[in-house]
Amino acid sequence: MTLASTNGPRLATASAGNALELRGVTKTFGALAALSDVTLSVRPGERRAVLGSNGAGKTTLFNCITGDFLPSSGTIRLFGEDVTRFPAHERIRRGLRRTYQISLLFGGLSVLDNVYLACRGVSRARFSLIRPFRSDPLMARALELTEAVHLTASRDTRVAALSYGQQRQLEIALALAGAPRLILFDEPAAGLSPAERADLVAILTGLPAHIGFILIEHDMDVALRVAERVTMMHNGRIFKEGLPAEIEQDEEVQALYLGGPGGHGHG
Amino acid sequence: MAVLDARRTPQPTAAERIPARYWVAGALLLLMPGIANDFFLYQVFGWAFILGTIALSLQFLAGYGGMVSLLQMSVAALAGYVVAILGTSGTASISLGWPWWVVVPIALVVACIFATVVGALAVRTEGIYTIMITLAIAAAFFYFTRQNYTIFNGYSGFPGVLPPTVFGIDWRRPVPFYYLTLGVAVVCYLVVVYVARAPFGLALQGVRDNPRRMAALGFNVFWHRVLAHSFAAVIAGLGGILLVWQNGQVAPGTAGLPAVFDILVVAIVGGLRHPVGPFIGALIYVLLRAFAPDVLQAFGMSGERFKTVVGLGFLAVVWWSPDGVLGLWDRWRALRAEGRDRLTGRVRR
Repeated sequence: MTLASTNGPRLATASAGNALELRGVTKTFGALAALSDVTLSVRPGERRAVLGSNGAGKTTLFNCITGDFLPSSGTIRLFGEDVTRFPAHERIRRGLRRTYQISLLFGGLSVLDNVYLACRGVSRARFSLIRPFRSDPLMARALELTEAVHLTASRDTRVAALSYGQQRQLEIALALAGAPRLILFDEPAAGLSPAERADLVAILTGLPAHIGFILIEHDMDVALRVAERVTMMHNGRIFKEGLPAEIEQDEEVQALYLGGPGGHGHG
Repeated sequence: MAVLDARRTPQPTAAERIPARYWVAGALLLLMPGIANDFFLYQVFGWAFILGTIALSLQFLAGYGGMVSLLQMSVAALAGYVVAILGTSGTASISLGWPWWVVVPIALVVACIFATVVGALAVRTEGIYTIMITLAIAAAFFYFTRQNYTIFNGYSGFPGVLPPTVFGIDWRRPVPFYYLTLGVAVVCYLVVVYVARAPFGLALQGVRDNPRRMAALGFNVFWHRVLAHSFAAVIAGLGGILLVWQNGQVAPGTAGLPAVFDILVVAIVGGLRHPVGPFIGALIYVLLRAFAPDVLQAFGMSGERFKTVVGLGFLAVVWWSPDGVLGLWDRWRALRAEGRDRLTGRVRR
């Protein structure tokens, strides 16, 4: 099974530069600065973890990147294109995907329906009034993605009846629909059992090399195992970047988030 | 989802998938002219099918899209006006006398454009604000038609707007008109059922449930909602043309505020959950309208107070079943199922 997709009309426009580039992004809510002058670059195919305590601005950062929030100032470039003022769906069509901290799925539809909808969303026929035929390639793709996240056995189950862990896996399938080039995972391991976390790590590390991702995660074991680089955030600012081993050994990081040398768990 | 189930085997045939009650209802409706008199065919069933068709457009928007629009009667009336203006009416000074097969498609296109433009305004709001903005536009449309004499002929409107004679059949006669309204209602119903499971309809339900998530899947939520208004306008427009043909006239009152609210009442009484709801609601509404005056007079009250009976009926339905008659039906089935042995299906004693 392959996760490479043929369904990506804008894939050919990929630039050779960074997958994502934030320059001086600030987001304020009244007097509160949720993000302050954030500058961040992510290479194509790079796996990045963004760590920080609650309220550090990680999810706000994601919301600005996806277009749920417009930044108060600064620019966001996606594969070389300035998307700062683009609506969310336009960014998605350029290869950006995201999952949510709290699963946002369609509980009344089956697993396969959810994935099929996601495949439709990035296809040209999303307004089609014609029901799909058996030979619909998007259906084949939806089945493929269902298998990729280990949900084949539950493909006809209504999403509302899935376990929490399965819903998190389905979130990932939705993010993989179409031709993703950069995926934002917002705490995908939250609430998962150890076995489900192992499954998640297998899924994340098994992603094709051309798909990069940014991962917000409080589980340091998961984050440091799947990430190539780590960005630390604090009070809406980036205060440290480096390799996982560097971050793990950094005294300042340990003092702030790991509860002292050798500590594990977030602050 | 039925459409996705197509991959699984074995599949029942198309005929097997249709519940028995649908076959019974279909046979009954087809044979109705042999049972019912002209009054029932024309004034009760004909009108119920027309109102049901217009309310079906609201069901599509509200039930699948989560957008309660009070504009559907205005859209229907506009289609009726276009038929009167471009076709033949008693107001020969304005009507152009074009043939019906030119006029009807143009009427639907005009209704569609109107709904698209208004929809683009309405979908920027949600909930009660959508209701208010569509109500405001419906009121504006009513007053505009009443005050504009150049195009809409003001208060008088257009009398003498009759259905055409096609294939040698006078479609205004009760039996042909019954089959015409039944045919349009059934086609619109089937189209809505089909589209609800097509990518457009599925995505519309996704937009209703979680617009933010749909945007994150690449759907343009704004245009999806606007196009839902366009689609619903075609259905409302068909109902509007039939309504004008049935009444033989179109006037500002066709799109008056009472008529606007009647469509909402019809849709809610029937139930917004399924496309059959508006037709059930329409039949109840028409029966109340037709017979409430007689009942009131039998109790020594003025027949003019039939609206009170309609209003009380509406209150009773939403009091006991906020999701309409369809909700009552669901609860009755659930209760009946509870009374059965899960293994054998037999009623427990």
